[in-house]
Amino acid sequence: MIPGRVLVPGEAHGEALVTTDALSFWGGYDFHTGQIIDRHHPLAGVCARGRILAVPASKGSSTTTAVLLEAVRAGTAPAAILTTGVDAFFALASIVADVMYGKSFPVIALEPADFASLVTGAHLVVDRDGRVSVS
Amino acid sequence: MLDGIDGPAAQLAMSIVVRMADVYGASELMDISQAHVDSTIYLGDATLEFAERLASLGARVAVPTSLNVSGVDECGWKDWAVSPDWAAKAARQMLAYERMGAVPTWTCAPYQTHMRPIFGQQIAWGESNAIAFANSVIGARTERYPDLLDICCAITGRVPAVGLHLAHNRAGQLLVRLVGVPRALQEDDQFFAVLGHLVGQLAGDRIPVLDGIVVSPAEDHLKAFAAAAASSGCVALFHIAGVTPEAPTIDAAFQRRAPEDTIDVTMADLRDARRQLTTADGRELDMVILGSPHFSLAEFRALAPLVAGRRRHPRVKFLVTSSRFMKEEADTAGVLAPIVAFGAQITLDTCILASPMLPPEIRTLMTNSAKYAYYAPSLLNTRVTFGSLADCVRSAIEGRVVRDESVWQSA
Repeated sequence: MIPGRVLVPGEAHGEALVTTDALSFWGGYDFHTGQIIDRHHPLAGVCARGRILAVPASKGSSTTTAVLLEAVRAGTAPAAILTTGVDAFFALASIVADVMYGKSFPVIALEPADFASLVTGAHLVVDRDGRVSVS
Repeated sequence: MLDGIDGPAAQLAMSIVVRMADVYGASELMDISQAHVDSTIYLGDATLEFAERLASLGARVAVPTSLNVSGVDECGWKDWAVSPDWAAKAARQMLAYERMGAVPTWTCAPYQTHMRPIFGQQIAWGESNAIAFANSVIGARTERYPDLLDICCAITGRVPAVGLHLAHNRAGQLLVRLVGVPRALQEDDQFFAVLGHLVGQLAGDRIPVLDGIVVSPAEDHLKAFAAAAASSGCVALFHIAGVTPEAPTIDAAFQRRAPEDTIDVTMADLRDARRQLTTADGRELDMVILGSPHFSLAEFRALAPLVAGRRRHPRVKFLVTSSRFMKEEADTAGVLAPIVAFGAQITLDTCILASPMLPPEIRTLMTNSAKYAYYAPSLLNTRVTFGSLADCVRSAIEGRVVRDESVWQSA
């Protein structure tokens, strides 16, 4: 059980998709499909829809939040996002998705050492208190 | 405001600002006196529904507010591959933000309009290049505001009192030293864009301080640096010793603290970074694209003599993206006519990344913009060659990619 800081609360479970490289969703995420499209990124070509995306932070464009909001509306967003530091962009997208569509997703900040213990493919469960466990 | 006394739109906007203050860990809110809204970029139904929800609730901006690019050139979209449905919805989104009382600047370079903020001014700006420019080159103070929050700050006039709004968080963290980078290269038209692309990767989200710049960069070179560093990395503030206002000296830029880390940049690093910006391999060329961030009057002035009396190759399109305001300035200054006579097209108030303009037969681009070079391969599925302004013009005339490599090879 990994304790995290809740930026946006919620419950989620799914397959972990882990990267150590920051990601811009604008120019990096196709909200029609949920696929990561940034060719500079190691996850290029991978689909993050419905998965627990562990990414240290957002980078680049201010429009990352709007892309993520579109993804929530289209049903192509990750089930939860786990970060290292406090990432306001991911949190904002979830908060506005809650306001607009009543559909938020959990955004949880983990300690770097805990983040480093995550592995792609593991089945993760996120609870409302920001705890992440492998099931 | 939270109680609804200022109306339902202000209540909704403030509820989002307050929830974000919690996320940031802010203990209080503070006033801003200006905003720049990037939420204008139309992506799909969600961005439109958000804008129209606020507008229909009667939202009004509380501070002078400029608007970033939109999703459509209202007058020119029919010349391109934009669908009527996209154009109509993007225009509705524009109207929603205009109804809120914002100034229809429609540009990603608001710092080159009459809305330019001043040193020390507290502002809430979206658009990654504009954030980096306002903080670094002007010394105004903004956090890195994402789309959807920028407009909430504009409506409430309030922001969480955190991050780059506070002087002590503006100190440099990473020292980047240029080692053996000669003046001749620093004077090259491509240098600051390439350096920005490299520094963005090195810095990530740390505040870089550059040492070793021996030239006085033009404003558009600093613009190119900011846009590149905010694309390849997460740079919202940088200092250049002897150039930017909070860095009269290295020591001042670090607020007399020691750098957390020091990285040396050599010619080899710069050559690598320049190479990364080119993803095309042949000489084929379908289109030259200039103007990310939006082309300025100084850039129109620089382009005009290069194209005067010449004509682009009939197979190669030549597009400049800018704002309606800047096009008028260029026209008044007499520098637009030779550019149009060359066969250039001008797209206003949007760009090729924000509007689905390009027809599928456009496969290979050439640009002097590191931001276009960074995003076009992923967003547009095109291949790109990066070069100087003069290279771009010469290539458009010859109908194939031509680059003058002399200064990058010999230096």
